[in-house]
Amino acid sequence: MDGSAAPLLAVENVSLSFGGIVALDKVSFGVEEGQIVGLIGPNGAGKTTLFNCLTRLYRVDEGDIHFQGKSILKLPPHRIAPLGIARTFQNLALFDKMPVLENVMIGMHSRTRSDFLSNALRLPWVGREERAMMDRATELISYLGLEPEMHRRVTDLPFGTMKRVELARALAGSPKLLLLDEPASGLNHKEVEDLIGLIREIRDQRKVTVLLVEHHMSLVMQVSDAVVALNFGRMIASGTPKEMQEDENVIKAYLGDGSA
Amino acid sequence: MVTSTVTPKTIKSPAARTAWLNGRYPRVAAMAVVLVVAASLPLVMSDYRLFQFTLAYIYAIALLGLNLLIGYNGQFSLGHGAFFAIGAYTTAIMIDRWDIGYGWTIIAAGAICLVVGFLFGIPALRIEGMYLALATLALALATPQFLKYHLFEGWTGGVQGIVIDKPEAPFGLPLNPDQWLYFFTLAILLLAFVLGWNLVRGRTGRALVAIRDHRIAAQSMGINTALYKSLIFGVSALYTGVAGALSAIVIQFVAPDSFTLFLSIFFVVGIVVGGLGSITGAIYGGFFIQFVPNIADAISQAAPWAIYGIFLIVFMLVMPLGIAGFLAILWHRLIMGRLASDGNEGHPTET
Ligand SMILES: Nc1ncnc2c1ncn2[C@@H]1O[C@H](COP(=O)(O)OP(=O)(O)OP(=O)(O)O)[C@@H](O)[C@H]1O
Ligand SMILES: [Mg+2]
Repeated sequence: MDGSAAPLLAVENVSLSFGGIVALDKVSFGVEEGQIVGLIGPNGAGKTTLFNCLTRLYRVDEGDIHFQGKSILKLPPHRIAPLGIARTFQNLALFDKMPVLENVMIGMHSRTRSDFLSNALRLPWVGREERAMMDRATELISYLGLEPEMHRRVTDLPFGTMKRVELARALAGSPKLLLLDEPASGLNHKEVEDLIGLIREIRDQRKVTVLLVEHHMSLVMQVSDAVVALNFGRMIASGTPKEMQEDENVIKAYLGDGSA
Repeated sequence: MVTSTVTPKTIKSPAARTAWLNGRYPRVAAMAVVLVVAASLPLVMSDYRLFQFTLAYIYAIALLGLNLLIGYNGQFSLGHGAFFAIGAYTTAIMIDRWDIGYGWTIIAAGAICLVVGFLFGIPALRIEGMYLALATLALALATPQFLKYHLFEGWTGGVQGIVIDKPEAPFGLPLNPDQWLYFFTLAILLLAFVLGWNLVRGRTGRALVAIRDHRIAAQSMGINTALYKSLIFGVSALYTGVAGALSAIVIQFVAPDSFTLFLSIFFVVGIVVGGLGSITGAIYGGFFIQFVPNIADAISQAAPWAIYGIFLIVFMLVMPLGIAGFLAILWHRLIMGRLASDGNEGHPTET
């Protein structure tokens, strides 16, 4: 991580405990712009907790988090998306009663500006903004193959489709950094294959840096430029996918835990 | 909630027709018909009936506000009768004391309720669900007592309340006062309706619903949930305050016992029966509040509330999504019935 420019994201000595449980213990790593970084570790390792710290849903006990060289720890949660950090959720966090299209449009909230008054009066520029949002949302929806479901409520959709809606919603905010929390969980083999291509494409074509939490090892190893491994809140290894596969600590963590 | 951009000329396929029927034009047409009917009622109705319709419209304005808060944003209030009272007293006091034109007093009532509602919305951020219901319940319970309180008596008229004069039609319009107030209220309802309709159909409305459906995800999308929640509390109070102001003018009288907890409860009944999270639902709800007690009374003078209760239960059983939801499904069936063979599936759009 000692390149010339500062990394896009720098996690520095972040610690967080819940009562007696140490969820994160002095975790430090960086994510360079344009990289796909995998974040792995057994259940309860602290991966989701780290995402929650990055999006300010949790307050860190110690350490700092820099995005584009600036600390984000003073910002409230709703100021994270405007910086260009978007996420998906491990247990889906969609707006259930709304159709797919509107879910995706909400993803653009931080990139648009009409407010109570201008909306109520429906000023001409508000109409233009709405149409621009609609166009962009439609583009993303067809990019992710969700066209047939565009006007359906998300609760009526299969699990894998809901995951794609979440991805579309996250991309709608034109993020610089995309945090994906177990995007492959619950997907079938074919869907996982598609996802691998999709994550690469998102990075290559849309110029989005990706931090990826995943238990699906072959996926992580295929797409990641670098991998960070956590266990019991502590960073136990980091390196290229190849290095990780041979790393003793990583192997021990997974075997010892019995899960993989 | 999506308005179609398909114009009548381009409709070819049945699917496109469905989209069109679910879109903007049929709604605008339906609204125009309703407006024409509403505007011709003074020709055929007695002044008393007109007065009752005026009150139904006033309740509809209050319900629009309450529905923005409960239906769209998911914040519960059992205390909106208090904002109705603040609006009514603001108008009554301004007319009674300072002889200010009633139009201005309505604006003042709205502004005061906006501020009070916004301020109430700030502590309300810390409480949710049942607890918020209880906090607002306290507001409703305290209101009549505040209005009777002897230190304010010089302003509020204590238990006696305040009597005000009924305004005449302006500009030499050939209307009696009841007819004039009917049109005046209808115009304000129309304005309130259009503004509310626009609000929920834009970025703001989506943010409000997002907060209701998943607050954490809403935050992660960049929605300032605290700001939106207190602002919608204010806007909701504004609507209800304007309705209260109109009620003072139309009834020509305000007194503490018109603003008991019952009023707040009726408002909640109105939005649920009309349709939660539906703008048109507020209008059905307004009619329910105004007329169902009368109907119940006409059926049984001995136990009107029992009849009212039966009405409520039947409504909720037959129309669990409220009148608006029921009509939306009906409308949808009508279209889908004809297009059943297309295998086209959808959900009733919110109306
Ligand atoms: N809000 C919370 N309150 C208490 N404990 C928590 C909270 N959030 C996380 N934890 C604890 O922190 C530890 C790390 O949890 P986390 O969800 O980050 O694990 P994870 O690496 O995402 O696991 P998985 O792969 O199962 O998703 C766990 O022991 C968990 O119980
Ligand atoms: Mg997790």
